[in-house]
Amino acid sequence: MNVWGEQLMNALVIGSFYSLIALGYSMVYGIIQLLNFAHGDVYMVGAFVGYGVLSAMSGAPLFVGLGAAFLFASLATGLLGLGVERIAYRPLLQSSRLVMLITAIGVSLVLENGVMLALGPSFRVMPVELPRSGLSLFGADVTYAQLAIIATSVGLMLLLDAFVRRTLYGKAMRAIAVNPTATALMGIPVHRVIALTFFIGSFLAGSAGVLAGVYYGKINFMMGFIVGLKAFTASVLGGIGSLPGAMLGGYLLGFLETFGAAALGGEWKDVFAFVILILILTLKPTGLLGRTGTERV
Amino acid sequence: MTATSFRARASQGATAGLLLALFLFPRVASNYWLDVFTSAFFYVILALGLNVVVGFAGLLDLGYAAFFAIGAYTTGILTTVYHVPFLLTVPAAAALAALSGVVIGAPALRLRSDYLAIVTLGFGEIIRITAKNLTLTGSASGIYGIPRPTVFGHALKTQQDFYYLLLILAIVTYLAMRRLEHSRVGRAWKYIREDEDAAAAMGIDPFRYKLLAFVVGAVVGGLAGTVFAVRMTAIAPESFGFMQSVLILLAVILGGLGRLPGVVLGAFLIVLLPEAMREFASWRYFLFGALLIAMMHFRPEGLWPAGRRKMPQSGRAALNGGDGR
Repeated sequence: MNVWGEQLMNALVIGSFYSLIALGYSMVYGIIQLLNFAHGDVYMVGAFVGYGVLSAMSGAPLFVGLGAAFLFASLATGLLGLGVERIAYRPLLQSSRLVMLITAIGVSLVLENGVMLALGPSFRVMPVELPRSGLSLFGADVTYAQLAIIATSVGLMLLLDAFVRRTLYGKAMRAIAVNPTATALMGIPVHRVIALTFFIGSFLAGSAGVLAGVYYGKINFMMGFIVGLKAFTASVLGGIGSLPGAMLGGYLLGFLETFGAAALGGEWKDVFAFVILILILTLKPTGLLGRTGTERV
Repeated sequence: MTATSFRARASQGATAGLLLALFLFPRVASNYWLDVFTSAFFYVILALGLNVVVGFAGLLDLGYAAFFAIGAYTTGILTTVYHVPFLLTVPAAAALAALSGVVIGAPALRLRSDYLAIVTLGFGEIIRITAKNLTLTGSASGIYGIPRPTVFGHALKTQQDFYYLLLILAIVTYLAMRRLEHSRVGRAWKYIREDEDAAAAMGIDPFRYKLLAFVVGAVVGGLAGTVFAVRMTAIAPESFGFMQSVLILLAVILGGLGRLPGVVLGAFLIVLLPEAMREFASWRYFLFGALLIAMMHFRPEGLWPAGRRKMPQSGRAALNGGDGR
């Protein structure tokens, strides 16, 4: 048994979840400078949609069910992101920051408590169990499920990276992040690109939600609250607005938290992330891969 | 001119009548309603404190309950473990709240001010989890048996005592806030809120004033916490969660950001509304969330706004010019 190796795998799995969510934070922040507090709750909704699909398909083979749950939940949360952007944020794009932030808190409360009202406050147990089989890597027991989660997450991140770098829409996103007015003047449909950004960010958070729901086996309407905060920490750690930064930050936070909790005791796990957040804001506010220089208000 | 002086006199008369009614209220009210109003005064104080941060300075604090917790736990621990008299715990609680305000506020406020929102949110969780994990703070069950205080030789015991204590404290806080609002500092805060660059150009240091606003808010929250501890005689970590912070924020936003009578109205609303709709108790936070969104869309200036427009429309550079950063 190699305990450290197993902790490493745990860190990679949890880091994958943080990275996927942090990407959405970073993209939305990069493009409209909004801290989307409701992003963690999109992750939660993803887990619940996955739960619904898996419950409906309980007779189907495991992989078919998982695949359908993953696709359906990611698409559904992507659409949820579109809806939230259209209804809650778009009419306020010209308002002050405070108005946007307070709206985001409102959206978060509505999502959490909407799910609570619809499905009840208790934990739900996912109707599937992942196979426990796996292999031994350097003496550490690694399950295939863990490898699949990490591979899926990394795959999604590579796709996103290619999309932002190679496609016309990706270029439009980067252009809006630099200067929205000039972008609009060049004839680029700014609102459509912002909507697309919300779709992609929410898609990734929703996919993280299904993966996490299946991996941990239990879901609850508040599961996105702390995870969302930590994913935000991850995106600040990597440098908010930077996509490679969000990925790096997510994995780094996964490692720091896993090994920090192993050293200090599990009950301090949640405190750890916030201490890192405050430290990074004090010592290197641009994050590891962020742009240097202070940002203009 | 006569019209304004008439209005001023009418509003003075209304205020005096309202205060008289509140002072006489315990003679007619049942203990239940006395308790509800005591809670309302309590939220008035908290909302007035948070209003300094959110309303005057235009910063978002999502962990206000943390300062309230720091005050409550300071008094709780000092009176039960070290047997310090209540009044001596008050300055200690204020100092601790101020200190944590600086520690949290300084790194966040040096950067973009919207980082403050998430840092305070994280801080609120740190305080709650720490209180739950330490034996000094009584772990999950909290601290109980906090002695009733003696203030100037008068032991506060009955519900009526606390009603009057909180009524007086709420009035004092209100008057202090009104003085503060119209002081040099208060004007500087509003200037920063409306246009930070212009304020800086006029020689106001935005960082120092924002930090001051944050610390003043923290101290008021801490002081409210000390009173909370002796009123309840028992405190537990779950009283100081995120929802508590949201509730206080809602009070500030409902009535009218930055406008003191509006904030008082908001505090009464958040205490009285749940009383009025008990059968919808589980809908409470859903409705609060929807209310926040609706307020921001249709009435960002609150239910009882000031005469002139308060919310700046020019603070963002997302789509209306600027270089977008």
